[in-house]
Amino acid sequence: MSTRAFGSRIKRTVDPALLRGEGAFVDDIPLANPLHAAFVRSPYARAKIASIDVSAARAHPGVVAVYTGEDIGVLDREMPLLIPHPSMTDARTQRPLAKDDVYYVGQTVVMVVAVDRYTAEDAVALVEVDYDPLPVEVDIEAAVKPGAPLVHATHPGNVAAYFVQVSGKPDETIPQAEHVTKIKVKVERSTAAPMECRAVAAQFDAVTGELTVWDGTQAPISVRGGLASIFGLDEDKVRVIAPNVGGGFGQKVLLFYPDELLVPMAAMQLGRPVKYIEDRRENFIGSSQERTQVHEIELYAKKTGEVIALRDSFLHDTGAFIPYGIAVAQVASTSIAGPYRIPNIWVEFTAVYTPTVPVTPYRGCGRPQSCFAIERAMDQLAEELGLDRLEVRRRNLIRDDQFPWTREGLLFADGLRVSLDSGQYAKALEMVSDRLDIPGFTAHQGKALSEGRYLGLGLGFYVEGTGLGPYEGGHIKVHPITGKVYVNTGLTAQGQGHETVFGQIVADQLGVAVEDVILVEGDTRAFDWGVATFASRAAVVSGNAIYKTALIVRKQIIHAAANMLEASEDDIELRDGAAWIRGTDRHAPLAAIATATNPLRYAFNDAAKAATQFAPASRHDGPPLDEGQHPGLEATDYYSPACATWAYGVHAAILEVDPDLCSVKIHKYVCIHDCGNMINPTIVEGQVMGGIAQGIGGAMYERIEYDPEGNPLNANFVDFLIPYATEVPNVEVLHLETPSPLNPLGVKGVGEAGCIAVGAVIASGIEDALAPLGAGKFRQTPITPSMIHAALVAH
Amino acid sequence: MKPALFEYSAPQTVAEAIALLAADPGAMVLAGGQSLVPAMNLRLASPSRLVDIQHIPGLSGISVAGGEIIVRALTTHRELELSGEAHRANPVIREAMAHVAHIPIRNRGTVVGSLCHADAAAEMPMVLVLTGGSVVAEGPQGTRTIGAEDFFQFHMTTSRESHELVVEARFPVLPAGAGAAFDEFTRRHGDYAIAAVGAIVRLGRDGAADKVAVATCGVGSRPMRLPAVEARLIGTRLAAEDLAAAGEIAKDAVTAPDDINATTSYRQRVVATLVRRVVEKAAHRAGQGR
Repeated sequence: MSTRAFGSRIKRTVDPALLRGEGAFVDDIPLANPLHAAFVRSPYARAKIASIDVSAARAHPGVVAVYTGEDIGVLDREMPLLIPHPSMTDARTQRPLAKDDVYYVGQTVVMVVAVDRYTAEDAVALVEVDYDPLPVEVDIEAAVKPGAPLVHATHPGNVAAYFVQVSGKPDETIPQAEHVTKIKVKVERSTAAPMECRAVAAQFDAVTGELTVWDGTQAPISVRGGLASIFGLDEDKVRVIAPNVGGGFGQKVLLFYPDELLVPMAAMQLGRPVKYIEDRRENFIGSSQERTQVHEIELYAKKTGEVIALRDSFLHDTGAFIPYGIAVAQVASTSIAGPYRIPNIWVEFTAVYTPTVPVTPYRGCGRPQSCFAIERAMDQLAEELGLDRLEVRRRNLIRDDQFPWTREGLLFADGLRVSLDSGQYAKALEMVSDRLDIPGFTAHQGKALSEGRYLGLGLGFYVEGTGLGPYEGGHIKVHPITGKVYVNTGLTAQGQGHETVFGQIVADQLGVAVEDVILVEGDTRAFDWGVATFASRAAVVSGNAIYKTALIVRKQIIHAAANMLEASEDDIELRDGAAWIRGTDRHAPLAAIATATNPLRYAFNDAAKAATQFAPASRHDGPPLDEGQHPGLEATDYYSPACATWAYGVHAAILEVDPDLCSVKIHKYVCIHDCGNMINPTIVEGQVMGGIAQGIGGAMYERIEYDPEGNPLNANFVDFLIPYATEVPNVEVLHLETPSPLNPLGVKGVGEAGCIAVGAVIASGIEDALAPLGAGKFRQTPITPSMIHAALVAH
Repeated sequence: MKPALFEYSAPQTVAEAIALLAADPGAMVLAGGQSLVPAMNLRLASPSRLVDIQHIPGLSGISVAGGEIIVRALTTHRELELSGEAHRANPVIREAMAHVAHIPIRNRGTVVGSLCHADAAAEMPMVLVLTGGSVVAEGPQGTRTIGAEDFFQFHMTTSRESHELVVEARFPVLPAGAGAAFDEFTRRHGDYAIAAVGAIVRLGRDGAADKVAVATCGVGSRPMRLPAVEARLIGTRLAAEDLAAAGEIAKDAVTAPDDINATTSYRQRVVATLVRRVVEKAAHRAGQGR
């Protein structure tokens, strides 16, 4: 079909409104006379609360309410553990407001509600909290040693979880190894830093008993369920809306942040709308972060470079609490063998409590860390065996004819088996090699060196399990007056372009223009079966659900049109917003079909009048609606994946290090990427580019700095270095499309892909560039100029 | 991130502004607001009163007279950067200005505001020191001129009295026959410098340097000239070993402790590298000028 929307570079339909400032984010929602919340936050990483005095704050003009943990009734409890797992004992989660103890700098202790945010912040400064500070240890390697100060007295060694996974027979295989490579790597803590910080506003209608919450969340349906259950409200009386949301990256799917419960509570108690708009400092000290892991990885290989077994033992920093369970560590551990066959795997992790901001998944979710570990180890193996870096990979990549490649014994974050379903790994490696002329690079590098310039080649291969279940749904209804197609799903967008890609899927099946498909998501009143946006799953799970639904509606249209046009269903084709008898100009517009399928006698518009010129849409005796028939063109269906579908890619870069300034300049960066069938290559490239930009941040700039007392030192955009456009190189993205055999659309997720390999690419490139100076190994990200300096000095 | 309560005044004359400042020691001057407003939002600064000088006529503009580029208090960074007259008089200003934050900030931030803010890593205070410039401050007792070396006391501390308003800065023109250069290293484009170095070099008839000024910022508590570096270079032909030796000497100027962006040891490497490169570039330009 020449006009096929699926696969086309259709411009994002959401952009014009967003670029003109016409978006509606939580802070834009007009509320009648709202109150504003601000929080007293712990200035200590670990302390006992001796006393709290809110009298001056309560007396401050303009303050409406001040809440401590004593004042919040049913909310004075530890918040839910989202994903329980047997590897955790007595998993600790946070209370909405601290009681007796504080566990990190930034933890919420008191909430002030006032007539405006200025007044609320003034009153926050008037709250007197008396703390007895306790000793702390923020370094995870020190935190697990005997005698280290404990975050929770209940958890000796600060161990939040311990888990071992085994695939194959590592114990039997390891003795057969002819070579062992062992390295230790570390990835530091970063933060998602969405452009819009978190935000929540709530309004309670005492007449209808309805609570409406606008929440900049990735998971409105789950928030609705939680609010209903905690406050004892009927679910239909709670409506949660995620309006336009300015980036999420995982940070906005935690059930719950304290404000998500306390703001609705205050709105119900005070009888006025209440809003909380998180500021940047609060985002740094109050919203989840991720990434700190220390891996000790061992590759057991033959002299040929074939890796026959892998052992990895790692520490995972979970911060002060573990509300999301072991998800991040589990994804890291099950991704540890990357794109390589490595049939025997033993991987263990210890999740460690530290008195810092809690850790939950941030775009990548453990994959950047495991990719860094395996890719740095493969480089080391190549060096030790005297093999080319690409060659050692070639010898280990899963071959095209070996899919699906199942790692029996490893359970992914969805609790299902790890089975890499499809790919062309070797081809991807050859493509990147061709594009950067890697075979010619050595000569190029040598020539530059003779001129005193230090060039390096960086390389990183990654895989990504995407599209996790359990399910999402799609609901489609063709509007009986306008003929426009309304689509709903349960998850919600934070800028990804769902309107466009879901529109493309539907447009093809119903023969309408993409702009006539109207997506309404992120509103529990519009559709309330579903999970959330995370784990690179929207296109896979909602996309296929919507596709399946569109097939049903397509059948309904064809059936009705065949009746109306008095033709055979086989002769009906759908295009240009109408049903046509193939090869003729006889057709019925979609609006007329939608009208005709609704046995209502009022003619609201021309479409309704037009509908009367056709034969009836449904042919049966008896009442206008036959038994089991529903009016109109409408359907709901669901898609539930059997397991994750695995995307992959390979990145390579040529960079230059100035050893005098210890600065790094990326000359060329190439990304070969495969997410199965692409719904919209432009959107795929946007996702990949955004991910790479965040990856550059993690590789070279971003590190949440804590001093030894657990004070964050760079909780602002001056000191926490997110790369600007000037720091992100031009990236060439080349696509492979290996359809996923696991879902009808053949798609794989792309949301997290870009960020995963960048740390490995940059580290290997710098290491390669500085090898002539004997600078040694780079096995920690971010790699800062000071670290390069230290490596050069140590030489 | 909302500021605490403050009073706001918009005086129409310098005298009025000075009177407001004299009446309230907690008052602060608002010009472009590019540093002060974020500091207020973070409640790092909580002035009792903002004296907004943006509405005072006659506080704008750039002129070159008496061997100096005179930059009035409301002149933005961008205006000075784009001024052809200023550029002809001393090209090091435009070269340094390209490193001051980003264009949107330079469009609003003022040069004199940056001098008075006196961040130890900011570029324009260092350029004032490098060129041997000065500021003119008006107070209830009259007007005084303060040399750059006396003006910058410490990080974010100047010798301006709280009742004084700095009405202009004066950057000397580049001496005839001299070459100048500026460079810095930042982790991201537009950030405050980990180290910055500026140099003015004049070569004698024999090709040896007969005048050398070298200044740095970002490495200590204030911008400063490097007299020991200058002494090592004057009279030499600025050969590679002279530059290398000068760079080594410059390391002694680094007093900044390890921070999250750079260790002291790394800063020394950067300042040594920049001294070598910047002095060489200035000398090259001086040579071209002859």
